[in-house]
Amino acid sequence: MPLEVLLVEDSGGDVRLTQEAFHAVNPAVRLHVANDGIEALTFLRHEGVFVDVPRPDLTLLDLNMPRMDGREVLALIKNDASLKTIPVVILTTSDADGDIAKSYQLHANCYLRTPVQLNAFESLVKSINDFWLTKATLPQIQ
Amino acid sequence: MYAHDYTDGGNDMPLEVLLVEDSPGDVRLTQEAFRAANLSVHLHVANDGVEAMAFLRREGVHANAPRPDLTLLDLNMPRMDGREVLAQIKKDDRLKTIPIAILTTSESEADVAKSYELHANCYLCKPVQLAAFESLVKSVNDFWLTKARLPQAQ
Repeated sequence: MPLEVLLVEDSGGDVRLTQEAFHAVNPAVRLHVANDGIEALTFLRHEGVFVDVPRPDLTLLDLNMPRMDGREVLALIKNDASLKTIPVVILTTSDADGDIAKSYQLHANCYLRTPVQLNAFESLVKSINDFWLTKATLPQIQ
Repeated sequence: MYAHDYTDGGNDMPLEVLLVEDSPGDVRLTQEAFRAANLSVHLHVANDGVEAMAFLRREGVHANAPRPDLTLLDLNMPRMDGREVLAQIKKDDRLKTIPIAILTTSESEADVAKSYELHANCYLCKPVQLAAFESLVKSVNDFWLTKARLPQAQ
């Protein structure tokens, strides 16, 4: 029973750190990466090269990205009847109250700030795993 | 039945948690588990959906109620059930940003799917075993009240 996690993140460094942290925390996690919002929606809609990809059990979404940012991806997911039940965790360096409020308004499932310190980053990934992939009950794939 | 004296003053930065739960036993266990996990938590209790909406809208005896930082919502309750409370909160522009964790004994896939469709922030199955329940409350505290960034009260 692999856990399918989609990471939407444009920073190659943050992608690597997230991969390494999940690898350490939970080997059952299969981390898929989309480098911006357009690629994320293509993945979620199984288009093009993503025709055979799984539906994510959880999506980690950065806010500030080129082409299509996280706010627009979030709005599109949460207004799409076939995608809206996928839990979307905002994972961003932004600590702006406006970004937090707007994300919850758009029905982000939760908002996490990416810490700068490496050990804090690993601890955050462990928290995501412990809460979302261990304690929370996630929707079954329809 | 529950305290509605909101002027505690014991902590500078209390975390306001609203528990919507009709079972007094579960209310007691949740209170005790939060007390063990985090003394900054002010746990408020509404015994059904009607009372939860009155609390959130600051009606009647709830005129001075704080805005919850987090709401724990049971699904099956008399008068107004959790599904209806969830739908009302998430359609209300003033309330929709409040994180709602469904906390229920139901493991029904339909309840899980419906809750996420209605924009529940997460869905938690209440374990029967006491130790597992305490561990779940600790997880809620560690994740939502420690790691997650919550919207500021407007």
